[in-house]
Amino acid sequence: MPAPCRVVVPLRQHLGAPAKAIVAVGDRVAEGQPIAEPGGFVSAPVHAPIAGEVTFVGPRAHPGGFPCESVVIEARDGVGPAATDGAPPPWRLPGASADWERMTRAELTALIREAGIVGLGGAAFPTHVKLSPPAGKPIDLLVINGAECEPFLTCDHRVMLEETAAVVTGVRILKRALGVPRAIIGVEGNKPDAIARLGEACALDDGIEVVACRVKYPQGAEKQLINALTGREVPPPPGLPLDVGVVVQNVGTAAAVARAVTAGLPLYERVVTVSGSAIARPSNVRVRIGTPLRDIIDFCGGLASPPAKVVMGGPMMGASLTDLDVPVVKATSGLLFFTRHECPDSTPHACIRCGRCGEACPLCLQPSEIALRVEIGDLDAAQALHIQECMECGTCAYICPSNRWLVQQVRLGKAKLHDRKQQRSA
Amino acid sequence: MTASSNAAPEGAPVSAPPPADKVGASARPTLRVGPSPHLHGPETVPRIMRWVFLALLPAALVSVWFFGASAVKVLTLSTLFCLGVEWLCLRLMRTPGALSDWSAAVTGLLLGMNLPPTAPWWLILAGAIVAIVVAKHLFGGLGGNIFNPALTARVFLLVSWPTYMTTWLKPGQRQWLAPGTDLAGITEATPLGLLKEGRLSELSAGASDLLLGNLGGSVGEISALALLIGAAALLWKRIITWEIPAAFIGTVAAVTGLAYAIGGPERYLAPHLHVLAGGLFLGAFFMATDMVTCPITYRGRLIFGAGCGLLTAVIRLWGGYPEGVSFAILLMNAGTPMIDHYLRPRTFGTATARQGATS
Ligand code: SF4
Ligand code: SF4
Repeated sequence: MPAPCRVVVPLRQHLGAPAKAIVAVGDRVAEGQPIAEPGGFVSAPVHAPIAGEVTFVGPRAHPGGFPCESVVIEARDGVGPAATDGAPPPWRLPGASADWERMTRAELTALIREAGIVGLGGAAFPTHVKLSPPAGKPIDLLVINGAECEPFLTCDHRVMLEETAAVVTGVRILKRALGVPRAIIGVEGNKPDAIARLGEACALDDGIEVVACRVKYPQGAEKQLINALTGREVPPPPGLPLDVGVVVQNVGTAAAVARAVTAGLPLYERVVTVSGSAIARPSNVRVRIGTPLRDIIDFCGGLASPPAKVVMGGPMMGASLTDLDVPVVKATSGLLFFTRHECPDSTPHACIRCGRCGEACPLCLQPSEIALRVEIGDLDAAQALHIQECMECGTCAYICPSNRWLVQQVRLGKAKLHDRKQQRSA
Repeated sequence: MTASSNAAPEGAPVSAPPPADKVGASARPTLRVGPSPHLHGPETVPRIMRWVFLALLPAALVSVWFFGASAVKVLTLSTLFCLGVEWLCLRLMRTPGALSDWSAAVTGLLLGMNLPPTAPWWLILAGAIVAIVVAKHLFGGLGGNIFNPALTARVFLLVSWPTYMTTWLKPGQRQWLAPGTDLAGITEATPLGLLKEGRLSELSAGASDLLLGNLGGSVGEISALALLIGAAALLWKRIITWEIPAAFIGTVAAVTGLAYAIGGPERYLAPHLHVLAGGLFLGAFFMATDMVTCPITYRGRLIFGAGCGLLTAVIRLWGGYPEGVSFAILLMNAGTPMIDHYLRPRTFGTATARQGATS
């Protein structure tokens, strides 16, 4: 969609420390110019999604439901998208070049870091951190996640189809930055078109393999994907993919890496899936970070009916929004406008011990028992049942015929355990 | 949030604000907020229970064919009594649940199918009270019970009124039996009953009669074929899984087959007749698989089924009662918490962790 004339760019768009603003009200910025610098190693810079004037720096509503330090940029006569001349040329990363094969690993990683690239699958973990594994953890495999993280979301599929070349270049760059000989792109078997295209494009690099995997939720979860593709099992938290020699990156991230390294484009736009029955024209749109939700709703034909719930992210793990006056952030993989019919109120009933939750849990936990322990307040028992290992994928609550709040109780239990730990150490 | 966005300094926008004629886009729709997941699967408890109820119907209809009015009476009264008692319990005891969850209807139909067609109304009422009040609501209502309600009631009635519980009508006696009718001459013993009394030579029913239900027995247990049809539907709908029935029936076949092979046909019944006779199919497909009272893990269910099969065979071959399915299932119900405790599944990733630690 066209660039909006006003963007609200939160500075907390990734896991880790928020970025620190380096612009002030009244500054003129070029498209792509850095407006905030990383606030630590696990952090990422933020760039201006549009050219214009900074009109506000301060707390604004964040999709997460809390106020967050943000930079508001408004397009101005002569510098906006409508301008024909006089606009400053878009800012590009210095040092980027199509000749990336000559760059060193450190140079590549630095470029990726400066481009503000974070995992676009939804977790928004800064990419350069994943590319800098601690010494002593040898990495031998790069896994590219082309399995859609959640139902309803199709943005990864579109990226694989429409930006095949960028994805493959990105994979090759990531491979080089990590120094691994092999990469596997895992795509769900119901996307033969994407598999075929990627396969063709990968023909020139024999270190990349495209593998079809089973269609099931949560195949797109890191640990599940690694297991499906390699048979390796990532140990429970704090175990990371690193521990089994694997780094996982999303296909959208790979495409962003390619754009950053070859063309110097910082990460200031992404593909978002807009869907749900309440939106008139469900679609995948490429939007600038910071675009207000209402602009996207208008672009997608407006609302077909009043939404009962608006979810940012996927239906299983996404967050429901309290307000439509929030912007798209780097982690926004989807915007789902659900009608009342699609997400009815859930009243939990007693567990009938059908065993489905435990059977469905990708981590082989017993959600019913964990939830029961949390309900009666027996946190130690919940911990003994591995509550901390739950990745909160929501499968158990989705499948439970009694509509029990399984993952919800797990989250509550985790929060209580966290509180308890802090109290004890205090 | 609203306040902060209103308080923001507004520069002159370059383009006009979004058109206001779109539904809700510029207005502020009331949004509901809740934790994820935001979608829910199609399966619900009433749906599961309704399927079980439907799956029991073929067998119920077969017995209406063979036993006529008596079967209709037993099945209807039992279902209505159970629903009535459930309603009272829900009102008076305030345990969780609702009539609309169909669980009481399933219990009622199952209870009726576990009674002989000659059962008088007061026997059925007593059964309904034991099933719903004692076995279910005293344990906390749906989901809290340890023992299968219908089976608990059946066993209670069997030990309290053994004669009433073992007066089996001959198939084809479809007429209405007024209270006090002399039943002599229109009743017969079940194959397992004959076996227990050592009158195996009098057994006339063959495998095909057992399949179709052309023999004396409880209202719902006579036709193995009809039960299989219902069970197939449940398996296909994934409402029950194969573990318990397979382990249950397999073990019964294995143990009785062994006894038959060693002890000879004079003293023992052939394994295929054991499998088809009595309440085995009803028990294995519809009662042992009761989710509330069987182990929660699928691996545990294999053990549970095998245990049921072993106990059933032992009771049938050497116990005091001709039929052991009900006792076997109830005993294994009692063992369920233990099976669950010892068979916790291995958490994902823990194997590699252990490998890593030891290597
Ligand atoms: S949310 Fe439920 S299904 Fe998913 S990992 Fe946690 S317990 Fe398992
Ligand atoms: S899925 Fe729901 S009803 Fe079934 S065992 Fe789990 S918590 Fe209980």
